[in-house]
Amino acid sequence: MLRSAIRSRTSREGGCAIEPLVRQYEIRANDFTHAGEASSSMKKSLSRLGVKAEVIKRAAIAMYEAEINAVIHGHGGMAEVTVFPEKVVIVIEDHGPGIPDLDQAMVAGWSTAPDIAREMGFGAGMGLPNIKKNCDELKIDTKVGEGTKVTMEVRFT
Amino acid sequence: MKVCDCANLLNAKILVESENFEEDLQIACGSDLMSDVMAFSSDESQIMITGLVNPQTIRTAEMLDVKVIIFVRGKVPDETMQRLAEDRGIGLMTTPLSMFTCCGLLYEAGLRGKEAAL
Repeated sequence: MLRSAIRSRTSREGGCAIEPLVRQYEIRANDFTHAGEASSSMKKSLSRLGVKAEVIKRAAIAMYEAEINAVIHGHGGMAEVTVFPEKVVIVIEDHGPGIPDLDQAMVAGWSTAPDIAREMGFGAGMGLPNIKKNCDELKIDTKVGEGTKVTMEVRFT
Repeated sequence: MKVCDCANLLNAKILVESENFEEDLQIACGSDLMSDVMAFSSDESQIMITGLVNPQTIRTAEMLDVKVIIFVRGKVPDETMQRLAEDRGIGLMTTPLSMFTCCGLLYEAGLRGKEAAL
């Protein structure tokens, strides 16, 4: 089941008060029925805001891959999407096992996904490479035994 | 090539109709690995050919703005998947053909894949 919340933050940019749209979603471990709902919701929000289709697609692919990773590897977690006037910032954080070798995990085709993930069509070892390819900025903070935080930024222009 | 031409060519049964059926298809992607499908995203109008039948097939198509999914070897998605596809404006059809034959016929008819630089 997806739980989402919307809240606003106020910041100052160029002298004008700007309130970015912030949405939060719960991601449940091994829930392949609802996996992707957070990304779908983000995609609809960007579409309603009139963001260009190709930009929305890049953000959707990056978030969906990260969401699936949290479902498969991260024991579930939380997603937070913040829409600024010029970009969207997506953070997906889990409290799973962490990534022991991040460089290795970034290699296309390398995967540690369990059989259940492969049965769902994932585990091709393309998740992190796909995320990197579709983001303008990507930051991965991970610690073995503590979890992983993936911060993705996609600019609108 | 329009979706209706595609359905005739593949002897496919349409499961979920979509307004996209009148669009000209340009690009096709055939795979059972959804991350592979996402690695080949295209701005052109595209269809997905797969033997994978689960909700993530529909979700992947949604993220990529895929217009139509063709399920091979006569596979039929359940009601939940069909409703999800309908809600997202994604057409579904099923063909008795294998993935290889399906892709071959579509290629012969002029559809092409997108060779991504990984």
